[in-house]
Amino acid sequence: MDFSIQAIADALPLLWQGVLITLKIAVVSLLIAFVIGLIAGLMSTSRSRILRGAATVYVDIIRGTPLLVQIFFIYFGLPVFLDIRISAEIAGIAAVSLNAGAYIAEVFRAGIVSIDKGQVEAARSLGLSGWKTMRLVVLPQAIRRMIPAFVNQFIVSIKDTSLLSVIGIQELTQSGEIIISTNFRSFEIWGTVGIFYFVIIYLLTRLSRLIERRFVVR
Amino acid sequence: MITVQNLKKSFGPVEVLRDISTTVREKEVVCVIGPSGSGKSTFLRCLNLLEEVTSGTIVIGDTEVTSPRTNIDRLREHVGMVFQHFHLFPHLTVLENIMLAPKHVKKMDKRHNEERAVELLGKVGLAGKRDEYPDRLSGGQKQRVAIARALAMNPGVMLFDEPTSALDPEMVGEVLLVMKELARDGMTMIVVTHEMGFAREVADRVIFMDGGYIVEEGTPSELFDSPKHERTQAFLNRVLKNGS
Repeated sequence: MDFSIQAIADALPLLWQGVLITLKIAVVSLLIAFVIGLIAGLMSTSRSRILRGAATVYVDIIRGTPLLVQIFFIYFGLPVFLDIRISAEIAGIAAVSLNAGAYIAEVFRAGIVSIDKGQVEAARSLGLSGWKTMRLVVLPQAIRRMIPAFVNQFIVSIKDTSLLSVIGIQELTQSGEIIISTNFRSFEIWGTVGIFYFVIIYLLTRLSRLIERRFVVR
Repeated sequence: MITVQNLKKSFGPVEVLRDISTTVREKEVVCVIGPSGSGKSTFLRCLNLLEEVTSGTIVIGDTEVTSPRTNIDRLREHVGMVFQHFHLFPHLTVLENIMLAPKHVKKMDKRHNEERAVELLGKVGLAGKRDEYPDRLSGGQKQRVAIARALAMNPGVMLFDEPTSALDPEMVGEVLLVMKELARDGMTMIVVTHEMGFAREVADRVIFMDGGYIVEEGTPSELFDSPKHERTQAFLNRVLKNGS
């Protein structure tokens, strides 16, 4: 057995850089995904067939293809086709945002349809417009019910950012790979990388429990 | 005044309202009775277009409800509705439930809105519940809040869709009492109900519906004491025997 604490200690500064990049990409992507998901979710519950259809196509395409293929398509495929250049980071954020957005759209859709039709009728009968009814009555109730599903998707997406190592983004996983390619300490470094992911996600889970308790479903 | 002419409503192939014509005068209290499936709730829900009308015309005040040019949100400000299952907004307190529509539809300033909401809560006997959430209220209390919420928009007409049908028997009285006071204050009311005692006591006119038609209408004593139509007689025999 060969175990080197020193290898881990030496790797920490570079791994920490990776953690920060992972967090940055995850936070930015999830914010964008939340907006995409809200819009697509509203579209999929709209009365317009065109809007519903567009949302369905988007969700089906994303859910029906692997994230890795989506990353390659956006980073390698699109620039060739459109004759543009995009940075790995932009491509990575775009891929993770679009991917998570599709799943979050489904969370929104399910949350919105779970609200009793009577709530909408009561709001409309008071003279509230369709949009105000959505904003003031339906969404506030729906979002409370959606918190656990959101957290679940956030966790999945944070781990998904590790796939961005394949296009050279130096996030946590890629940082680990770089270190191992010089010191060959696979066990120590992959173990440490795993612990970092675990701690990030564990903290997020704790945080979400707190939020859930504050917004008790009424 | 509300005028309904040749109102028809179908759900797919099912004709729920076949040909409804009637008039409700200002300050009149009209109770609509009839067996379940007779179309009485659908009739009520057509009046503020919660159901799309298949054909016919409805005029409320000087607004033709059934005209495609009518701004339905504006109309609904003037037509309050109370539902069988209350439909209070569970994420808002009692006071916020009442203040929501005046704030966001009428842009009423907060102080006036709150004063008015507190006043209405007092009127329905729930002044002490202003900061409770709906899930802490009994059914009768919820329905009284729902009435206050509808009144907050200062409607000219109030529609009641079986307002006591979902209540435990001991809570029916408190809701009917609020409705009686409302009628005494001169509110124009259309009430779909199974409460024959209420209809007899409070209504100016009772409409008996069956099979999508208005079979018979008249004053409570005309309808309850000497019903002309045999379907009315049969219905009244059935419900009054059960001790309503």
